[in-house]
Formats: sequence, C-alpha cells, structure tokens
Amino acid sequence: MNRTVEIVGVGWSGFRSVTPDQSYKELIFEAALRAYADAGIDPRRDVQGFVTAAEDYHEGTSIYDEYTPDQLGAAQRPMHTIGGDGLHALAAAYMQIASGLMDVVVVEAHSKASNIVSLPHIVAFAEDPTFERPLALHPVALAGLEMQELISLGRITEEQCAGVVVKNKRNALRNPSAAHGTVVGPEEVLSSPPLASPLTSLMAAPHADGALVFVLADTERARTLKGEPVRVRGVGWATDTPALDSRDWTGARYARKAAQMAYRIAGVQTPGQEIDFAEVDDSFAHKELLHLEALGLVPSGRAGEWTLEGQTASSGPIPVNVSGGALGEGSLLDATGLSRALEVVLQLRGQAGARQLPGVTTGLAFAWRGLPTAVGVAAVLSA
Amino acid sequence: MTMRRVAVVGAGMTKFVRRAQETGRELAWEATSKALESCEMSIDQIEAVVMGTGPDAFDGVHMKSEWLADGAGAWGKPYMRGYVGGGTGVFSAAQGWYHVASGLFDTCLVVCEEKMSPAQPHPQGAFLTIFDNFIERPLGPNLLWIFALEMNAYMQRYGLRKEDIAQVAVKNKRNAADHPASLLGDRNITLKDILDSEVLAWPVQRLDVSPVTDGAVAVVLAADNVARRVTPQPVWIEGVGWNLDSAYWTNRDLSYPTYVEEAARMAYRMAGITEPRQQIHIAEPYDPFDYKELHHLEGLMLFPKGKAPEATALGITQRNGDLPVCPSGGLLGVGNPIAAAGLMKVAELFWQLRGEAGARQVPGNPRRGVAQAWGDLMQVGTVVVMGK
Amino acid sequence: MMDQWVYSTTGLHEKDFEAGQVLVETWKGKAEYAWDTGIAIGRFLEELRRGRLVGRRCHSCRRILFPPRMFCELCFRPTAEWVTLAQTGTVNTYSLVHVRWDMVRLEQPQVPAVIAMDGASQGMGILHLLGEVAPEKVKMGMRVQAVWKPAEDREGSITDIRYFKPIG
Repeated sequence: MNRTVEIVGVGWSGFRSVTPDQSYKELIFEAALRAYADAGIDPRRDVQGFVTAAEDYHEGTSIYDEYTPDQLGAAQRPMHTIGGDGLHALAAAYMQIASGLMDVVVVEAHSKASNIVSLPHIVAFAEDPTFERPLALHPVALAGLEMQELISLGRITEEQCAGVVVKNKRNALRNPSAAHGTVVGPEEVLSSPPLASPLTSLMAAPHADGALVFVLADTERARTLKGEPVRVRGVGWATDTPALDSRDWTGARYARKAAQMAYRIAGVQTPGQEIDFAEVDDSFAHKELLHLEALGLVPSGRAGEWTLEGQTASSGPIPVNVSGGALGEGSLLDATGLSRALEVVLQLRGQAGARQLPGVTTGLAFAWRGLPTAVGVAAVLSA
Repeated sequence: MTMRRVAVVGAGMTKFVRRAQETGRELAWEATSKALESCEMSIDQIEAVVMGTGPDAFDGVHMKSEWLADGAGAWGKPYMRGYVGGGTGVFSAAQGWYHVASGLFDTCLVVCEEKMSPAQPHPQGAFLTIFDNFIERPLGPNLLWIFALEMNAYMQRYGLRKEDIAQVAVKNKRNAADHPASLLGDRNITLKDILDSEVLAWPVQRLDVSPVTDGAVAVVLAADNVARRVTPQPVWIEGVGWNLDSAYWTNRDLSYPTYVEEAARMAYRMAGITEPRQQIHIAEPYDPFDYKELHHLEGLMLFPKGKAPEATALGITQRNGDLPVCPSGGLLGVGNPIAAAGLMKVAELFWQLRGEAGARQVPGNPRRGVAQAWGDLMQVGTVVVMGK
Repeated sequence: MMDQWVYSTTGLHEKDFEAGQVLVETWKGKAEYAWDTGIAIGRFLEELRRGRLVGRRCHSCRRILFPPRMFCELCFRPTAEWVTLAQTGTVNTYSLVHVRWDMVRLEQPQVPAVIAMDGASQGMGILHLLGEVAPEKVKMGMRVQAVWKPAEDREGSITDIRYFKPIG
C-alpha cells in the first residue's frame, strides 16, 4: 500500500532578533549542514527532491525561488518553492515520498524578519485591495477583532491570554534557541501598551530570524540512515476564506479541518487522549487557546481555564508550546510551522534537554499562516 | 514500487486577453468552472486544490494565492501553491500529480491564474526585482536583458541568423489563429513582419516576444479508478520531471538549458521513454520568445544541439509535420499569462490526445505528448509527459 | 470540441479607460528592505570599494567561484579561501538594449554583458555593462577591463565599477 514517511534529520540556525553576520544564504547553509550531518547524508548524492516555503515579499525579491537551491545543495536537482508555511512544504515532501517518486526529500524555511523594514506594510499588502486595504488599518487590528469576539462570547478572558504569554515566555528560558524567553507576570502582560485592544503588545509574538532544514525519507530508506527517525503519521492542511466578512471568526475552521485530515490519516480517534503534547501556533496569545479547542485537544470553551490551571504547562497532562512557541522563540514568518514541528521532533527523540517531557510518544505540530489568512497545517508525529 | 496512475479528466480556460476586466479571483473562477463543467464534476468532488501563479507583484497582493483561493474553489479544502517562476504552469500539473499519486487524494483541481495588467506603469516592473539584490539590481537590469543575453549566446554558438529563429514566431502565431482563446493569432503573419519589427534589445525584436497577458487555465486530475468513471477518455500523466539550476546564472552556459534536459530525463524515465523523438508525437515546449522553442526542443532531446532551427525550416514541427510543435500556437500565439500559459500547454495536449482540438487537431491519432515550461533566472525546467 | 470550454473573458482596451468606463482601484505599496550582506557579499562589496574583485576557492573541486560564496554549490562544502581576481575578462554574451523596463526608448543603447573574469574558474561570469565602445564593435569573446569610479566616489557597490571597456 502507501509508503510511510519519517523525519530523519533536523538542523537549524538561530533563532535571534537580528542576524547581521550572515546573509540569508549563509543562515540556510548552516542549518542545512546541521540537518545533513544529523541524517548522515550527502545532499548531492542521497536526496531526490528539495522543497522550500517562502514568499517573495518576505524576501524583497520577485520569483525568490531563483535563490533557493545553492545553499541547500539543490543546484541542478528537483526543487520547488511552496508559497505557504514550512509545514505546507513538509506536506509536499510527504506526498512526493508517499507517491514513490522520491525516497529522500529535504524541506527548508527561514526568516529574515529583521531585514524587512516595512513589515506591517507588507502584511497589509496581503489584504484585499478593494474591501480591506483602503481602511488603512494596521493588520494587527484583525487579531484584535478576533480576540474581542472570543471574549464577548465568553470563550476566553484577557487573563487567560496573559496566562499563555507568561507560560510560553517562561518555557522559552529553557530553550537555547529561543530569542524572546523571559520572566513576565500576568499584570505586566495586561498593562503592556495596547496594539488593538483588547490585544496588548506582549500578547503578540515578536519576530526572530532563523532557518530550519528537515530531511524526510520513506521508512525503508530511513532504516539505512543515521538520524533517529520520527514517523509522520498524518498531515492535513486547509484554507478557510480570505474574505473577512464570511470567514469563521471564532471556530478556526482552518484548524479544525486541517487537524481532521491529519488525524484521519494518522488513525487518531480521540486527540485529547492520544496526543501527548502539542506545539500550536501562538502568534497571538488568544490563538493558542482558539487553536487548542479547534484541534480537539481541549474541550470547547475550556482552553483558557486549563491554561490558568496549569494543565498545558510542561508538568501538566497536555503540555503546550514547551519550546516557548512563537511568543517565546519569536515568530519566524513562513518558518514558524517548522519551528513548531522541530520541538515535536526533539521531544520525541529525547533530545529536548532541559525541556524534555518524560515518556512522550505522539505530538502534534500546528501552523497558522499568519495575518490576514485563515490557513492552517497540522502534522501528527510519533516516535 | 508501482506508482498510482493519475489522469487529466477535464480542462477549461479563459480567453487570454491584454487586460481583463475580471479580477484575478474571477479569472480563476472562470477557468475552474469551465474545467469542472467539461467533465461534469462539482466542486464538492474535488478533494484538493493546487494553485500556480506568478509573482505577487503583478496582482499587487502579498501571499496572492490566499487571496485567489475563493475563485479557485479552495474554500475549506487542502490548498497549496507551488511556485517556480515561469515553470509554474507545467509544474502545477506535476504538483497535482503528486497530490493524487501520494494516495492522500483521489481528485485534485489544478488552477493557474495570471493577471499581469494591474502592475503599473508596466508589468515588466515586477521583474526588476528578480535580479540579485546585492550585485545586480544596482545596475538597473530589466527582463529583456536576460532573454537577449541568452538568445545571443544561443545564436552565436550555432551561427544562427534571425531568420532561423523568427520562423518559430510565424509558425506559432499562424497556429494560434485556430485557437479560440488566442490573443495574438494571425493567419497572415510573415517572416518579414517579425524581422521588420522594432529592435528592443538586440537580438530581441518586438515580434520575437509574447506580451503581457491576463488569463487562467484549470485542469482536473483523478486517480485511475475515479478517472475511468468520469470520462471514457482519460489522458494519463505518464511522467513528471523538474530541475532547478544554480542561482548563479552568469556562471552558466546559456547556449544550452541543461536543467531542461535533466527535467526531461526525469519525466522520460518515469514514462518509459527511451527514444523521445520517436515515442513523442506532439511537443508543447515553452515559447515566451521564439528562440526559446528551439532552445527547449534541444533540451528536451527532441533534436540534437543546434539542430532545432534546421528541423523547423524543413517543416518537421508544423502541425502536419513529423513532430508537431506548439500546435496550440504557444505563448507567441495564444498569449503569455505566465503560469496559465504553461498549463494551457497541458490542456492542449489533453484536447489533442482526445481529438478535441478542432481546427488545430494534429492528424494521425497522436498518442503521446510532452509539455514543458521554464523560468526563474533561466534556471528551471518543468516537464510533463501525457499519453493515452 | 474544446471551444465550449473557453470562457468569454472580457478584454478591455485603452479607449475603455480613456472614456472612463472602467473603475480602477490604485495602491502604492511600501516594500522596504535592509538585507544583511553576510560574509561573502560583505567582503565582496568592501573589496569593490578598494578597487578589487575577489572570489572564493573550493578546495574540493578546486574551482575559484565568482561571485564569491561561502559554500560551493556543487560539492556542498564550505569554500576555503579568498582569491583576488584580475581586472580583465572576456565577454561571454552581450546585448544592445534600446528600451527601458517600461518600454520607453533610450537615446543611446545600453550594452549589458556577462563577463567571465580572469583569475576565476572558466565561465565564472558576472553581469555588468560595457562602455567606451561603439555598439556595432562589440563582439563575443571580446577582451575587456574594468573602469572604476575614483576611489573617493566608491561606496562598496557593484557600480563602483562604472563599466568594462575593450582592452587595447
């Protein structure tokens, strides 16, 4: 029947607020060297395909695909760009291997957010030119609207959102790769300058630079390689609508559908019980709560309570964003999803150092593509 | 292992126009609705959607594929955008192929949309930033430079004259007169018209080039068992290949597209093609400029290096010739909405192999064809082999 | 036949816009970047300011790579040392360009070329412009040399070289 797919190598560079010493190519080269050493492969000989996730306007280059191969060892090889999140690229690699076309495929994504001088303008540039852009709102307004709606429905409270920030930034202190780990109290979060109330500045993940490279292989091939394999049991991805007026503001339909697909393929029936821990998008604090419910990891309406009760802390029954999430590591633009998956891989391999969760065998990584989209990708990984 | 068989079961497209009134979303919808109609399927039967579209700078929307999603029938569905510059149109069919071949989906809709006209004052402006940000952009290069540099290298290597190349523009524009969607079809165009046209960037003249165009194309893919229920004449995707060369294009031998050859080898191997010139009956190589058809025919190993012009002069690549090339009329004749143009070639092969190409029909019951696209900095080859 | 699967898209003409028949939404985006040059390009630009061209050598394949990069893309290994190149090179291909990117005609043609630099491995070209040469005199394989801006005008940019002119 269909082949099974493993992650057999991971490598990354960063994550830091600025990376002035390295060009994007050099940052990616470093991550690639590490991933290939981890997997024990020579990209010129052992890899049949390469996929990257990137967007022209994040790079400042039209057809950025041009500049992708060299630093990965992909020159004169089958390589393509996905205009999406790193987990979309991972799903693409999964499909290329599952089809039988390729045995080993490399996935890459990176962020040089520090190089984008007009980043909020770029984000606004993704809004509809007729209906949304003319309002000239800072795009973070969309996150504020969503958070406000959830509060007014009684689904979350501001204090619960603050709880997410406190947890994730503190978790990040035990992550040597995290750029924004710190100790902060809930009052500080609530009283930090408002961005788009009720959203405050500490509730929004700051950006970071970094690069991640994953090596995927079919199970047979994985046996012959050095890296410790982590099974990709299921992947799912879904797009809600770009239209602000007709999207599901409070149900994160994109997350629900992406997870449904991933669970179906993975054979997961009761995620709340079968998923030991999760790395889910927390680009805004309320997103972690919204996503946990939409992903079926927490009963509807309970994510906020569970957070304040410590159920999603590292010591709790369902640790969430032990890496620090985007709030603690930094948001890595198109690479954010891969940074979520990275933590899942490290935990399943027992390589998470001071953050190691005991006895975990199945984790979920979930990415949201960021403002102004309603797009998500989920991956169920198992040891 | 045996790979799952995947077929094209339906195709639709918009007219290719200079400047469409329709938004990019509406163009995507037009092509998609025609494609679905053509195989009597509903959007609910589509399990995944692939979008191919060129630089966001044309439409003026960042993360453009998300904005286009509703028009492409992607609401609530798994939706993904592949992007390899000009190679995208043909690559998107390969990407759709791996969606279905993976076993995750039984059906997949592939949509390619391009609305270049919004970029003002001229869509060519979107190409100003394709060059290296550090060491090339400060020189102020524009898109024509790289084509002209490559065309000159090709001509000089084989001692070609403009006439040897311009004959391709004549063939394709005449072929396109029979294409209902074409923008530039001209039954009466002559070699003299091409050679007399304004010199833009020697050796490139105005009629050597396909201009800015708006348009969209969509095809429906289905797995073996499903394909046979949808249509009595599925056209199988027998081979897919793609290859991306180094970004350092100035280190490259521009007279030969090695990456097209590598992509072709990958696709031919999968399709079991050992003698392409004999086993392929129709070729739709990417022809944004006339010399590119020749360059690519050689990269596809259909003619020896430097010999494609001669074959063209002998009439071999005419519609009634031994190996019809661009019977659609190609980009030079139908138009060049970047990603849509490549998928137009896949759609053409679909119609040709089913005998539905009307006035453009290649005679003799062709059974196998190859579509190819190209892009980035003279850097990517994307190839799909189709057969019945 | 496939004709029925072609949607009758509405093509607009210049006169539709002139007659005010078409509603147009305009937007001028703000896309500003400050790219980290990193090690390879950082040094390359520094050396340009000093009036020099540098490449990198890969010890594995022995190629001298130009433009310089910290990795060899064929061997996939870090490159090992800086190599100063000559100021002369060979024209691998060129064009005579009569139009700007927005299709406005130029009074004098620009002559972009790919120039393979002496001192780098074969075929290691860069994009630049030719100058001090009549367009009709440009030839493939022509030998050229760099013409620099005066030292005080150099900024650490590829334009510190004004153009390449024929040798002799």
